[in-house]
Amino acid sequence: MSLILDHVNHIYGEGSGQAVAALKDINLVIGDGQFIGLIGHTGSGKSTLVQHLNGLLMPTSGAIYFDGQDIADKDYNRKDLRSKVGLVFQYPEHQLFEVTVFEDVCYGPRNLNLSPKEAELRAYKALRQVGISDEQFYQSPFELSGGQKRRVAIAGVLAMEPKILILDEPTAGLDPKGRDEILGQIRKLKEESGMTILLVSHSMEDVAEYVERIVVMNQGSIIYDGIPREVFKHSEELEKIGLAAPQMTYMMTRLKKEGFGVNSDVITVEEAKAEILRVFAENKRAGAMDLC
Amino acid sequence: MLRDITLGQYYQTESVIHRLDPRVKLVATIAYILSLFLVQSVWGYVAAGVFLAVMIWLSHVPFKFMIKGMKAILILLLLTVVFNLFLTPGEILITIWKLKITKEGVKVAVMMAIRLTFLIVGSSIMTLTTTPNNLTDGMEKLMKPLSRIRVPVHEIAMMMSIALRFIPILLEETDKIMKAQIARGADFESGNIIKKAKALIPLLVPLFISAFRRANDLAMAMEARCYQGGDNRTKMKPLVYKRADWLAYGVMIVYLAGCVFLG
Amino acid sequence: MNIIKAIDLAFEYIRRDEEGNVEGILRAVDGVNLDIEAGDFVAILGHNGSGKSTLAKHLNALLHPTEGTVWVDGKDTGEASNVWNIRQTAGMVFQNPDNQIIGQVVEEDVGFGPENLGVPTKEIWARVEESLKAVGMYKYRKRSPNKLSGGQKQRVSIAGVIAMHPRCIILDEPTAMLDPDGRKEVIRAVRALNQVEGITVILITHYMEEVIHADKVYVMDNGKVVMQGNPRTIFSQVEELRRLRLDVPQVTELAYELQKSGLPLPSGILTMDELVEELKRIKKAER
Repeated sequence: MSLILDHVNHIYGEGSGQAVAALKDINLVIGDGQFIGLIGHTGSGKSTLVQHLNGLLMPTSGAIYFDGQDIADKDYNRKDLRSKVGLVFQYPEHQLFEVTVFEDVCYGPRNLNLSPKEAELRAYKALRQVGISDEQFYQSPFELSGGQKRRVAIAGVLAMEPKILILDEPTAGLDPKGRDEILGQIRKLKEESGMTILLVSHSMEDVAEYVERIVVMNQGSIIYDGIPREVFKHSEELEKIGLAAPQMTYMMTRLKKEGFGVNSDVITVEEAKAEILRVFAENKRAGAMDLC
Repeated sequence: MLRDITLGQYYQTESVIHRLDPRVKLVATIAYILSLFLVQSVWGYVAAGVFLAVMIWLSHVPFKFMIKGMKAILILLLLTVVFNLFLTPGEILITIWKLKITKEGVKVAVMMAIRLTFLIVGSSIMTLTTTPNNLTDGMEKLMKPLSRIRVPVHEIAMMMSIALRFIPILLEETDKIMKAQIARGADFESGNIIKKAKALIPLLVPLFISAFRRANDLAMAMEARCYQGGDNRTKMKPLVYKRADWLAYGVMIVYLAGCVFLG
Repeated sequence: MNIIKAIDLAFEYIRRDEEGNVEGILRAVDGVNLDIEAGDFVAILGHNGSGKSTLAKHLNALLHPTEGTVWVDGKDTGEASNVWNIRQTAGMVFQNPDNQIIGQVVEEDVGFGPENLGVPTKEIWARVEESLKAVGMYKYRKRSPNKLSGGQKQRVSIAGVIAMHPRCIILDEPTAMLDPDGRKEVIRAVRALNQVEGITVILITHYMEEVIHADKVYVMDNGKVVMQGNPRTIFSQVEELRRLRLDVPQVTELAYELQKSGLPLPSGILTMDELVEELKRIKKAER
């Protein structure tokens, strides 16, 4: 169920004299079961890109293949594509509309012409997957907290049982704990379902410790694509385009420059701690040896 | 889609017309529309046409840009012409099946087409050369006497300018909500009317909730900035008549007199 | 008297069901005492739903206390005759930049406040110019707000408030809807106002990096102020902050973890520079 983008370009307002190239020659393969972070700041083209992945936008040139089929083909069922490539937008307020949480989550599967029972079953499963408890099923989605709303919105797409799940800024506006909770829930979801997940964010720090691959976009192009550690080696270039590498990577780079023998390819606080302690322990040992 | 309508959209450039007081432009537009119903003779139409051409030239708005906007109302124009062409009784020129084209019909149709075109182009000059804000300011000041008979003139103007500010935001939001629901398998296009109307619920509910929320937020923000209605308010850009404005009024009077004279 | 003072402030929402019967009473702010000195940069921290926004709305008389009293520049917010005076003294910037910009042109929006105050036309222009310059948005004065980025819109909102010449400005999660660049822009502008113009700033946020320069931090939970002090004292209580659904800056967290593992570091390290210096010191001492 891989998704392949082949030389994809997207130009807004083509031929109108004020055309803007939002995507420039994008080549990307999203493999089965990957956990990917798509990073770029506002206006880098990342939102335009994700809207191509489920056919909401079509490339002005280039092709997109899902499962070996060109999604631009005339007889290609794009509605079907949308159920297989689930896209959750940034603001849950843009999709919640039903009277109860449960009814809202049923909306997606019902659109797939499933039997009512099957649709409800899927909704139930999806709500469980995102950690919504039974008591909240019959609450109004509008009365939930920000974090809960976001979960229900994710469940609304999950209930369609997509093969690929795309989450656009799932943590925007949440407090630190809420952010960790949502990201933890997504990680759990990934581990349990083996689904392909694409996390869109403008913050390296948020996604660095969760994903296995990072794709960095700037001005409509992909500039880096690799495992996080490799990508963060370009911390200076990243900073130039306004995307800082995680703070810990910086911290360790600083220490290295100051003559501490630390390894700078570190992402999390835990790793940094281990690395600093290791160096200090070695120092101590060396110091003790000197004294002898 | 909705953004393609250029009819009456403000066109930024420097010109004599742009600099005129919005009140002058409002009054002049009304006077011009009036003149179109006043004139009957060919010469009257020529005068109206020449006047319009001069105004277009003075406004520095490209003629092409104006015409682009006309496309939206072409159907309305055609409909008027066709109805007048076939439904006016009189001396028969051609008969196509049961429909008769009369001499009077042709005359009325041509007149109507010219009148409508002039009317639309004439009023679009006003909106093309005046920012919406300026326009509401002008209306507020012109209608000021009405506030004595308790017409909430300031409130109406404020509402209009807030609406103008939020229309683009709400359009963009509609687009986002539509996409979010399409991603959940929504179908806004197929099916009969009832089905289509039903399909709109997932779009309208979030949109209304958001609009109310915005209204609430905005009301609070306005209060926080000491907004207390129109009394005791000063203006950052007060409307003051300049020489050019008086001159423009003069030109309008001469033009109207000319129209009456030509009949 | 201090610029803002609150004694035993409490605010209750009455929740009603569909028939209008009282379902319950929610105490959103519960016995808060504040004492804010003129010229200070004060941060109010708290997770979503901790009552911090409700508290903020009391500081410029948008809400009135159920119990207790708030004074702004010595004036009681509970007295109707003080309301407009207080709102001019303590300006407020809200979370969503789109929902607080009224004008269709940047400069007209900034002029909105002074217009409401009845400031003469000539002075409005002077104030608009100085305010836009103070937030670095002067060159965008003729633009439509819809064409600006989130951070720029928020700076326009700030200019709109300072054009009213307030002594104090309250920012209610001004960066919650912005991307990292926008957040930095806004915080930079706010700090400049505080340092250059001497305006008292009250910043409500849940982003920890934004409060490390504050003179004083209040932490709220469940409508109550549960911690207060300078950033260093607050951030040295890592476990306590976590319990309150908050975070500490990663550098502080690292320092805290290292300290726990036995490195002789001081508590409440806030910046990378500090930590690097401290580690260098330890390394030297060990030699």
